[in-house]
Amino acid sequence: MSTSTDRSWTVRLRNRAVGALPPEKLLPDGQPTYVASWIYVFGVLSLSALAMLILSGTILAIKGPTWWHVSSVGHFFNSIHLWSVELFFFFMVVHLWGKYWMAAWRGGRKRVWMTGAITFLVAVPCALTGYVSQQNFDSQWISTQAKDAMNSVGIGGFFNLMNFGQMYSWHILLLPVAVTGLVVAHVLLVRKHGVVPPFELEDRLKAARRGADAEAES
Amino acid sequence: MTLAIACPPMAAVFNLNHRAGYAHWHFFLMSVPNIIVIVLTMVVFAIAILAPFPGSHRADAP
Repeated sequence: MSTSTDRSWTVRLRNRAVGALPPEKLLPDGQPTYVASWIYVFGVLSLSALAMLILSGTILAIKGPTWWHVSSVGHFFNSIHLWSVELFFFFMVVHLWGKYWMAAWRGGRKRVWMTGAITFLVAVPCALTGYVSQQNFDSQWISTQAKDAMNSVGIGGFFNLMNFGQMYSWHILLLPVAVTGLVVAHVLLVRKHGVVPPFELEDRLKAARRGADAEAES
Repeated sequence: MTLAIACPPMAAVFNLNHRAGYAHWHFFLMSVPNIIVIVLTMVVFAIAILAPFPGSHRADAP
């Protein structure tokens, strides 16, 4: 018999969340030996660069374009934001290449791979809207050139690179929320499914599983 | 108040105050800075794959 507590949406949500990601999986004591690879360091470096991006971007949003163009401290934070995004893409690409050649979608990890790959795709317009939000000749040049690309695929009507207000909104709210959400989902999915084992180990695990099944049948 | 810069910025080491050079060969056209970044990414990727990870020889839990 179900009680009123069982029907509560908070209890159901909690049970589902704990079932999918028990605390020992969410914050594990250790990782398999094959996780000791530089490729995962680049994943963590991507997270660090994203944190620096959000921090420096928040300061830039508070202070505004005049500050980041005129004052020395503004220049400093503008540079931090620029180099954070350069490094974010650099680290992400190395991590992505590594996971591609490891076929990281194996063993029911399709969503882990997809969230990572889509994060890269969503980060591209996030960076583009940032370049056109600089409020200088550079941003004017980029926006007038890139608008033709948007018009050629028919989205210039609602994604207008010449519209600073619209681009700024996309850059400081919509796209960062999407990137951050995807990154959080990616990390949680990695925790849920675990890091993909090397090909050799997976083959051995499959063979052991087949052997156990055959033994159970006989 | 202005913030004094104690050391010369990187731009002083590499003169960036000019148009980027371009590599052009038949249909291939790419700026030198883009080529440098792509080659650097490939080099770092190769190192990330080949370089031994510190402590990876230890027999930890599988």
